[in-house]
Amino acid sequence: MAILVVAEHDNAHLRAATLNTITAAQRLGGDVHVLVAGAGVGGAAQAASQVAGVAKVLSADGPALADGLAENVAAQVLAVAQGYSHILFPATAYGKNVAPRVAAKLDVAQISDIIGIDSADTFERPIYAGNAIATVQSADAVKVITVRTTAFDAAAATGGSAPVESLSAVGDGGKSSFVGREVAKSDRPELTAAKAVVSGGRGMGSAENFKLLEPLADKLGAAMGASRAAVDAGYAPNDWQVGQTGKIVAPQLYVAVGISGAIQHLAGMKDSKVIVAINKDAEAPIFGVADYGLVADLFTAVPELTKAL
Amino acid sequence: MKVLVPVKRVVDYNVKVRVKSDQTGVDIANVKMSMNPFDEIAVEEATRLKEKGVASEILAVSCGVAQCQETLRTAMAIGADRAILVETQQELQPLAVAKLLKALVDKEQPQLVILGKQAIDDDANQTGQMLAALLDWPQATFASKVEVADGKATVTREVDGGLETVALSLPAIVTTDLRLNEPRYVTLPNIMKAKKKPLETVKPEDLGVDVTPRLKTLKVAEPPARKAGVKVADVAELVGKLKNEAKVV
Repeated sequence: MAILVVAEHDNAHLRAATLNTITAAQRLGGDVHVLVAGAGVGGAAQAASQVAGVAKVLSADGPALADGLAENVAAQVLAVAQGYSHILFPATAYGKNVAPRVAAKLDVAQISDIIGIDSADTFERPIYAGNAIATVQSADAVKVITVRTTAFDAAAATGGSAPVESLSAVGDGGKSSFVGREVAKSDRPELTAAKAVVSGGRGMGSAENFKLLEPLADKLGAAMGASRAAVDAGYAPNDWQVGQTGKIVAPQLYVAVGISGAIQHLAGMKDSKVIVAINKDAEAPIFGVADYGLVADLFTAVPELTKAL
Repeated sequence: MKVLVPVKRVVDYNVKVRVKSDQTGVDIANVKMSMNPFDEIAVEEATRLKEKGVASEILAVSCGVAQCQETLRTAMAIGADRAILVETQQELQPLAVAKLLKALVDKEQPQLVILGKQAIDDDANQTGQMLAALLDWPQATFASKVEVADGKATVTREVDGGLETVALSLPAIVTTDLRLNEPRYVTLPNIMKAKKKPLETVKPEDLGVDVTPRLKTLKVAEPPARKAGVKVADVAELVGKLKNEAKVV
């Protein structure tokens, strides 16, 4: 039995989520192969071959795969799918986009966002914004899975020396094309992989006020996050959203500032190791999950905290 | 151009569900049910396309129990012209729904299908992509902006790290993210009008689709509870706790 992990990467490097997905694959027991599909993927394929526990890297390098279009990436996965018992993707925007196409073409169910592996066919996954955990068993011949990366440790990025096999890359499906990308440049750690996260909510009051959190994030080496309310209000960019339908984070330290704590937000951060909440409303639900709650005006407490650290 | 919008009846997003004591599922008896919020955004987007003169007809579809008719009436109160309910008591998983929708797409020939990116009950985030695959159509998931012109949909997508724009040849699939639009409030006159709009009911068998679930749910359990924390008096105490107790700074 061999297991296929579909890598998320930027052609030069693997994204951190790939390492967590490889760990999940290793739990299934079997050779772990990693598919790196892109254009000019030498760097990412090399990185994949060095990940501890990877038995083989499949490199598909072609122009149709350059921008990660779901139609073409799914076709590439399907071209190599035969013989694999499990096909795993990280449950990121990339993985969620592609995996169901693969599952539907194979006529199998997809098991989304797994947080636990009971056996090779039985998995745990959160439903209802994490308010319940379902244990599901798949009778399908191939298990197509997306992995919640916060539930599995990252595999060691070095220590392996898997062979890299070059595949012929699929051609362009011709029905979709990549137009452009607006990616926010930031020196901060990636939100889903950060050791600390500082998040702001509607209580921040404006995009301008959100900047108050930056010195605190700098001090903590933290990524910046936001509640849906703050993103909807235009205080923070969409890719900062933490929650049921945004990003799922589980850092060592999560600082929630001016966030009331809707269940949809809690779904995205309640597995953090230590949660700090700063809110002037003592009744805010966020205090129900916070290890340390400070009832205070954030506009005085945040600068004070930044200074004290 | 015809637009098809699938809508799902789910536990209202304000309800905190409880796991049944026998661990067979969550208790949805006497719980408020509503249209999945992402599907509401999908109906709104289709309605705006019609108001702009891009779409000519909006067909809402729901798959599930008879009460999904209410969800379809809501869709028609927002702006859908007619509705089809694929009625079944069977538990429906995303692959089965995608197959039912494919059968309806084959029959109705829409140029665009707009779906919610995920349902807030099973949180699967699969149906749109699966439907796209079954139809061999292009897809744009997690849309925050949709423009349709000259046989193409240009869609801005919310992805990790920012935004991405793709162009799709129609027919195509779009799934909605939160920032695509803010759905309108349905007005009483529109609710009344929606009651007179046509709603057809079919069965999965009529569409020749086997909806047998592929995944068996063995157990549904409460997530591990977080132990209650403490309130600190001031920033100094907070910093002390973080340094000496939690040791995270």
